[in-house]
Amino acid sequence: MTKSELIEKLAARQTQLSLKDVELVVKCILEHMAQSLAKGERIEIRGFGSFSLHYRAPRVGRNPKTGQSVELEGKYVPHFKPGKELRERVNSALEENG
Amino acid sequence: MALTKADMAERLFEDLGLNKREAKEMVEGFYEEIRDSLANNRQVKLSGFGNFDLRDKKQRPGRNPKTGEEIPISARRVVTFRPGQKLKARVEAYAGSKQQ
Repeated sequence: MTKSELIEKLAARQTQLSLKDVELVVKCILEHMAQSLAKGERIEIRGFGSFSLHYRAPRVGRNPKTGQSVELEGKYVPHFKPGKELRERVNSALEENG
Repeated sequence: MALTKADMAERLFEDLGLNKREAKEMVEGFYEEIRDSLANNRQVKLSGFGNFDLRDKKQRPGRNPKTGEEIPISARRVVTFRPGQKLKARVEAYAGSKQQ
């Protein structure tokens, strides 16, 4: 499912908002999530999962083209941990349908 | 303080002028549709943010860490999140300079 399919499905759930409105809704939610992570704040959605930042230690990398080594600084990367309901629904789908 | 669904609904109310009920339903629906797609074994791609992918894991040998007893870890399907370039760059830039 892509972002535009998600927008269509969300729009079909209700009658008050236009497709254009729902598009703004989805953009607003994603932007809010990205902003939180960018300032180091966690996201917790019960039944879905949580997003947090994981630290990656500094390391010596290599430019794959030239083979030259480069010092890479430590950095943070986004991490998602699925919640219980999501884990169970995804996994039971596997058990039922193989 | 972690970001929650209530915070997201509040933002929809403030920035887009949705009423509180609509805002709550939209946030609820957003996560429900993503869950449904994944439960139906369909990957979710949100450009600019990231992809939720599915991986089928085979059964593998495991161990009870307390007792040391060997017990197989059953075959399962798991969700993984791959952040997009844009999100990675935003997180790296800010959190990296802020906390290090």
